[in-house]
Amino acid sequence: MHTLTEEHDSKRSFPLISARMLTCIREERLLFDQLSLQVNAGDIVQVEGTNGSGKTSLLRILSGLSQPYDGDVFYRDEKISQCREAFQQNLLYIGHLAGVKDDMTAQENLNFRLALHGNKTDNSMDHLAQVKLMGFEDSLACHLSAGQQRRIALANLYQSRALIWVVDEPFTAIDKEGVARLEQLFIQHTQRGGCVILTTHQELISIDVSAIKKINLDIHYDK
Amino acid sequence: MNLQNFSLKTEPVSIIVNEKIKSSYRRTFMLVLKRDLTIAMRHRDDIINPLVFFVIVITLFPLGVGPEAQTLSLIAPGIIWVAALLATLLSLDRLFKSDHQDGSLEQMLLSPQPIFIWVLAKICAHWLITGLPLIFIAPLLGVLLHLNEQSYVALMLTLLLGTPVLSLLGAVGVALTVGIKKGGVLLSLLVLPLYIPVLIFATSAINTASIGLPYSGQLAFIAALFFGSLTFAPFAVGAALKVSTN
Repeated sequence: MHTLTEEHDSKRSFPLISARMLTCIREERLLFDQLSLQVNAGDIVQVEGTNGSGKTSLLRILSGLSQPYDGDVFYRDEKISQCREAFQQNLLYIGHLAGVKDDMTAQENLNFRLALHGNKTDNSMDHLAQVKLMGFEDSLACHLSAGQQRRIALANLYQSRALIWVVDEPFTAIDKEGVARLEQLFIQHTQRGGCVILTTHQELISIDVSAIKKINLDIHYDK
Repeated sequence: MNLQNFSLKTEPVSIIVNEKIKSSYRRTFMLVLKRDLTIAMRHRDDIINPLVFFVIVITLFPLGVGPEAQTLSLIAPGIIWVAALLATLLSLDRLFKSDHQDGSLEQMLLSPQPIFIWVLAKICAHWLITGLPLIFIAPLLGVLLHLNEQSYVALMLTLLLGTPVLSLLGAVGVALTVGIKKGGVLLSLLVLPLYIPVLIFATSAINTASIGLPYSGQLAFIAALFFGSLTFAPFAVGAALKVSTN
């Protein structure tokens, strides 16, 4: 009886997403081979590696956008291809493309993206304020800078109910203060029972180094 | 005890989530449709260019073939329909290309809604932007080509049923070539052969109408093509997009 309650309470340590024996081949080059990983609720995972080592490929495979050459990705205990709806409801992916439409305003972009993933759009103005885009909500995205466009995408993080955040180079084109806020957001998210998988070449400043799980792809890199 | 409570608690939650998703099919459709139409309205040249192309191609024929009413009325159905095919082909690229380039396509693929629902919305928006204007302008061009008076209704009906097929089949081609940098020529090679049945039945219907015979048989064939492609194309597009973004 005791162990059952304990298991129930310690739901945070359950694996949210795991991968078994992943192999990725791009343009006849082996990027990683037999890579297995497990990301629990409450984890921040940083994928490291030199340019071209397969960081983005790994993130795309984990989010189900790309198919691995071999191996499987599991959400909780099911293959992600078999529980697409449940998995994608709990997934927030921000790739190196911002996914922001030039011909829509900042607010329209954010509202569309939130609604598409089934999130509420009532507070989208607040979220734009959070990413310092107050006053730009009616500007077309093509008139905004690269950093501001990225901030529109990152504003999704404030409303998302998704447990699994997969963010590819979130700090690109973001200023120092923005980076600090993002790091705070990641910490809050993990405290709520979510997990964050990210790639970055920058050092994470405010997150405790011991709290970060690191996956180094250079080890798997086959010359 | 605890385990039972736990399972009792979790099960209803998952069912509610499923219901919520299903009731939002319509909402997702409207959301994507509205978005695509908004973008099109801010990019008017995308609407006008295929239309101008359609008009110019058709006006070239009287200049090239000669102004004899008899010759023109004979070839009018074919000219209008071939021009409609080419105008549609010209506008297909926009369907997924810009979404692919700026990453919105990835986001839509990762949304919990089934792929076919927003694909259908995008195709519907594409038809409203490019197919529908062709139907309105075609009778005017019919006058230019001395189209037989009895053929106008047939022309409108074939365009009404046929242009959605062009958008639906074209979407499959675009989805397959969206990942290729210069897929323009490949796209026309893929898509134009698929348009042949529509072209055959449409022109045949218009010609039959011009000699005063019933053309419901040809219309039924186009309608069958329409419903067939309406059913299968969104799923084919979904599968093709997954491959293209892999």
